[in-house]
Amino acid sequence: MKPSVRHTLFGTPAAAIASVLLAAVLLYLAVGASLSGYALEDIDWDAMEAPPTATHWFGTDLAGRDLFTRVSSGGRVSLGVAVIATLVSIAIGVPYGAFAGYLGGRADHVMMRIVDTLYALPFVLVVILLVVVVGRSTLLLFAALGAVFWLDIARIVRGQTLRVRHAAFVEASRGLGAGTVHIVLRHVVPNVAGPALVYATLTVPGVMLAEAFLSFLGLGVQEPDTSWGVLIADGTENMQAAPWALAIPAGFLAATVWSLNILGDRLRDRLDAAVRSG
Amino acid sequence: MSLAWLARRLAGVVLTFAVIVAAVFGLLRLAPGGPFDGERALPPEVEANLRAAYHLDEPLPYQFARYVAALAQGDLGPSFRQKDFTVNDLVARGMPVSATLGAGALVLAAGVGLWIGISAGLRPGSRRDALLMSIASLGIALPPVVAAPVLVMVVAVFWQLLPAGGTGGPAHYVLPVLALALPYTAAVARLTRGSVVETLAAPHLLTAAAKGLPQRRVLLRHILPLALLPVLSYLGPMAAGLLAGSVVVEQVFDLPGIGRYFVQGAINRDYTLVMGVTLVYAALVLLFNLAVDLLYGRLDPRIRLAR
Repeated sequence: MKPSVRHTLFGTPAAAIASVLLAAVLLYLAVGASLSGYALEDIDWDAMEAPPTATHWFGTDLAGRDLFTRVSSGGRVSLGVAVIATLVSIAIGVPYGAFAGYLGGRADHVMMRIVDTLYALPFVLVVILLVVVVGRSTLLLFAALGAVFWLDIARIVRGQTLRVRHAAFVEASRGLGAGTVHIVLRHVVPNVAGPALVYATLTVPGVMLAEAFLSFLGLGVQEPDTSWGVLIADGTENMQAAPWALAIPAGFLAATVWSLNILGDRLRDRLDAAVRSG
Repeated sequence: MSLAWLARRLAGVVLTFAVIVAAVFGLLRLAPGGPFDGERALPPEVEANLRAAYHLDEPLPYQFARYVAALAQGDLGPSFRQKDFTVNDLVARGMPVSATLGAGALVLAAGVGLWIGISAGLRPGSRRDALLMSIASLGIALPPVVAAPVLVMVVAVFWQLLPAGGTGGPAHYVLPVLALALPYTAAVARLTRGSVVETLAAPHLLTAAAKGLPQRRVLLRHILPLALLPVLSYLGPMAAGLLAGSVVVEQVFDLPGIGRYFVQGAINRDYTLVMGVTLVYAALVLLFNLAVDLLYGRLDPRIRLAR
């Protein structure tokens, strides 16, 4: 591991805890479902609403389904939705910000006014509206969330683009007769991608929470798929009899979001320091 | 702050709202499936009558004009699903509960967040700073969807200290407000700390100290006004977040607020209800942002001059 990477991941106690926690969660998501010996829909008739035991490490839910498997599988969906939605938001935000910054003037002004306006909207309303309109599907959720979360990335990329739009390599390309689209996509975007990616790491926990929010309300991930939001909703309905069914997915969601936030902040601080010094 | 600036800003708010109205109307009319699709198909005559009663048989531009005309008078139309109720009725019913919840959370988040942020930021690097900021970073990872059910389970069900839901008295609002305010308290605390630390390094504070101003006066007159600016600009997004969070909190605590109607409307495809609540929320957020902007101008002379 390069010293700079090690310093980013383990430089402070909080970052070290977050790194270890995140690695443990990722490992659990990767192999958890195959370790327990139960499939997602397997029902153990002898253990309905069973607390955590040697056979069911995280206990079972109301229907006797193994929670070690379900929390792992739900986590994959939660994280998967978040990663894909983040990629969608990069795909929208990076070109949008790069074109706005490169074009400048009136085009930039109008494009950024649109971003400001969208910022003023409670984003969840937009997602709920989209869900009402297009119907509930996990795939739609990816797209809808990505379509809402691109604003931050567009802003950052625009700011970075302003720094490079008069750089020698851009001027040279223009002097050689390259078109706007070519310059933006081939010369500007690669040079502003780094900061965009760092901010994207802070988008992932945001999307995870949004997914949990929607799934909790019954508007997100649908049966037979599950996610941490769905599991928290199920656990909430039955908290008195089976508190573990609420506490475990809630704990995983909080721990994952916390770790991603800590590491994302750390990456951003390191990047800011690098930009300032150099 | 010039009058021209205010007029431009107001025009912007109205224009934004108009765009939102058009976009939401268009979106909901694009939706597949009608509002009267139920378990059983209605007889065609009944459905035709229903459509005529709600003017759904008219061309879209007419429907839009009708909606806008009603909206201009503050009428959000009838609910498609909850017979005998207009959207205005439902909003008016839910508003007191939602407003109490939202205002409580806003005050708690701003007040406690500022207090934590200032007391941590005045001594950066101290043990207290480290402790408070670790707590704040935990708080950010505890949004209502996590905090609300867990608080109910621990405080209401197991310890039985506070009611688990419903309305009745101030005690019924303690947990909901707490669950809603938690992540925003943490966010305000972190922001405040950051800007206090940054302000402490400003040259005018050295001057103030050199003049021998009492610490209290330095804090109140020279540190806080500057340090509060980033926090103030966070209030807009925070209001939007509180609105969204209140939807979950109302669900968990069984509070009959606007958010409950909104979710029911979304699940039942009650288009007019969803649209009405969306517009109420959007208007609230726009007005809140405007208020924050006005306040910002008062606090920051640089912005006041630029306008």
